[in-house]
Amino acid sequence: MLYFSKLRIIFISIICLFFIFIASNNLFSPDKRFFDKKINLGLDLQGGSYLLLEIDNTPVIEQKLQNTTSTIRTYFKDKGIRIGNLNLSNQKITFTVEDQFKKNVIDEFNNENSEINPYYQRFKSHQFDLIDLGNSFELSFSKQGLVNLKNSSQDQALEIVRRRIDEIGTNEPNILKRGNDRVLVELPGLDDPKRIKSLLGKTANLTFRFVSNDNQDSFGVEKLKHENGLDEDFVSKRIILSGDNLLDAQPRMDSQTNETIVSFILDRVGAKRFGKATSANIGRQLAIILDGKIISAPVIRDTIASGSGQISGGFTFQSATDLSLLLRSGALPAPLNIIEERTVGPDLGQDSIDAGLIALIIGFLLVIIFIFIKYKTFGLITNVTLIINLLILLGILTLFEATLTLPGIAGIILTVGMAVDANVLIFERIKEELKNEKNNIIAFDSGYVKSRTAILDANITTLLAAIILFFMGSGPIKGFSVTLGVGIFTTLFSVYFIARLFTSIYVTKNKDKEALI
Amino acid sequence: MIKFNRFYSQFNILSSLLIIASLILLIFKGLNFGIDFKGGTLIELRSSDTKINVSSLRDNLKQMDLGDVSVKKFGNDQDYLIKFENKDNKKNIIEEIRSGLDKSFGNNFDFRRVENVGPKVSAELLQSGIIAISISLAVMLIYIWIRFEWQFSLGAILALFHDVIVTLGLFSLLNLEINLSIIAAVLTIVGYSMNDTVVIFDRVRENLRKYSDIKIFELTNISINETLSRTLITSITTLLALLSIFFFGGEILKGFSLAMIFGVVFGTYSSIYIANSVLVRLNVSQKTILKEDEKN
Repeated sequence: MLYFSKLRIIFISIICLFFIFIASNNLFSPDKRFFDKKINLGLDLQGGSYLLLEIDNTPVIEQKLQNTTSTIRTYFKDKGIRIGNLNLSNQKITFTVEDQFKKNVIDEFNNENSEINPYYQRFKSHQFDLIDLGNSFELSFSKQGLVNLKNSSQDQALEIVRRRIDEIGTNEPNILKRGNDRVLVELPGLDDPKRIKSLLGKTANLTFRFVSNDNQDSFGVEKLKHENGLDEDFVSKRIILSGDNLLDAQPRMDSQTNETIVSFILDRVGAKRFGKATSANIGRQLAIILDGKIISAPVIRDTIASGSGQISGGFTFQSATDLSLLLRSGALPAPLNIIEERTVGPDLGQDSIDAGLIALIIGFLLVIIFIFIKYKTFGLITNVTLIINLLILLGILTLFEATLTLPGIAGIILTVGMAVDANVLIFERIKEELKNEKNNIIAFDSGYVKSRTAILDANITTLLAAIILFFMGSGPIKGFSVTLGVGIFTTLFSVYFIARLFTSIYVTKNKDKEALI
Repeated sequence: MIKFNRFYSQFNILSSLLIIASLILLIFKGLNFGIDFKGGTLIELRSSDTKINVSSLRDNLKQMDLGDVSVKKFGNDQDYLIKFENKDNKKNIIEEIRSGLDKSFGNNFDFRRVENVGPKVSAELLQSGIIAISISLAVMLIYIWIRFEWQFSLGAILALFHDVIVTLGLFSLLNLEINLSIIAAVLTIVGYSMNDTVVIFDRVRENLRKYSDIKIFELTNISINETLSRTLITSITTLLALLSIFFFGGEILKGFSLAMIFGVVFGTYSSIYIANSVLVRLNVSQKTILKEDEKN
């Protein structure tokens, strides 16, 4: 056990130097680094904002069911089947058919090639479940149908959130999916998420619709409030243009009125439609509606064929800038709610780093001094090993570009305290062996062998706890489990290779010395 | 040799009382859950005006219709921690507070940390915390069950439950806040307590093989003594590290390091007095482990 071949010594030295080299990379400024890897600081250390957004899919589900309701009506009309009492409430569509058609209807819905109820081969499920209630049918989203809907609205939301955040230009944002109806946004360095929160809080669903006091409008009308919250107007449900038709939007200053406006450019389809609608409706009011509120409702004075236009609505420069940004990046499929927010200012982050480092240094010194007093020469060996252990730990964290959090620093300090355990187990065992064994080398050998199971057990239990934390914990806690878990491996390596190497050199030189430890 | 075994009964009674007291506290007084698990809003702010104090801040915030507001000093003299439920989950509440405070005291506040946890998220965090602790206990149980005979497993698990329950009981008694980092601490305590017990058990088992004529009552004492210096040294170095976090690591880590300090102390005690006395009560002998050896 105590013998080390030259090759092995070289090998151990290379591993140590390699990780120490990598760890040292963190000491240099970015342009002087040897390679592009470093330990990332968590939001709690570098400051920044963490936002968890939940997608409220209710409007999407209702819209989809609304569409399906009209599809059902026309689809069966074409087939000569009369659908009666078609009704949508509580996210369920109910309808009745004459008895002789019941079987046909069931077949139309439950057929694998169904046109009105898509079948997902992969999940062996239809989009909708049809329940026969005897005298009527009830149609609702199947489990899988709902999952698919949520996934696709999440994909869209993720994309729009990313575009909006990119437009603002924050530093290395991290935007991730969570579950199937959440989006996680991490914004390092941002100490006041007010603007981002307000930008993400808007769906930005823009439509151009005619103000219609005519109750005969074949599409139906709805009463909408103006942005100011006071006035109301009846607006046609027919959408002339939507935000999808926008190519670009920019805040501008109107040179005549000195008012801040948002000017926009339409795509080809939009421009054509806009030209047609304006030429046929000169003199009518066209309402510009954002998220269910009328921003403005100018009177059309002339045909607008250029494919560009402007929105005025008493904007400040800031609100015009934000609206342009929202219009450029597109509408969210559904509203987002911020269900968790954690923001740490940069000063607090720096204070935490400072406090963490001081605690690390003091904890380290206390442990080192204690161990040196207790074990003298072997304490020195343990301490040197402990330092190398810490450097290897940092090296591995660098190599994997792990995120260091404040609890992560606590994990490192705790590793320092617990890392000596393995060495202590060995040394105490050797002491016992020396009571009955005169030969130093044999005593050391059996000390190492006999303490092995206890060391393994002790470390496996801590490792198990770290693994569970890694999978169950979130954010900063994950950082703790990573340092604790990696620390166990570096500890075992440094105890069995580095400390044993030093021990073997020392013991071989002093093999006849009494009371060695 | 220290006669640890002389006090098995006394300490068993003490531990039972501690567990009962902790359970009573946990059931009737409950834990002081932080916003991670209860939901709500937390603001850590620093003021540059030395005239501001907790009560003037509290009076001011009370007028803002925030519900139940708690204001506390936090570490540094001019740092304050404000917590409230934010029941209606108002969106611009932080802005309202910021402008409200600026209006009353002038613009001298630095919002160092803002956390807002919605009711749904806090419920999920609490659930996943409970699941994490349960899983870790189950995993330890399985591990120890594979590694040792059932008598040992029982001893280790009882020691483990003791440590977790008494630590939580102490948190309840002292009204200390339970947040995400406390869950991390409890899980680490689980690992540490197990680790300590296993090292002694390992020695008990080795000694059982070695001496067939020594009764388990004596044998546990021999094993505890043989591993005692290791137990003490490791506990001391771990405590040194933890104390350093507690005193120098900043306010945020205080709760975590305190929970760990309790855990290490209880863990060390329970490995000696609970885990081993279970072996004695179950009358473990050489036969117990030889039977198991034959099976393998």
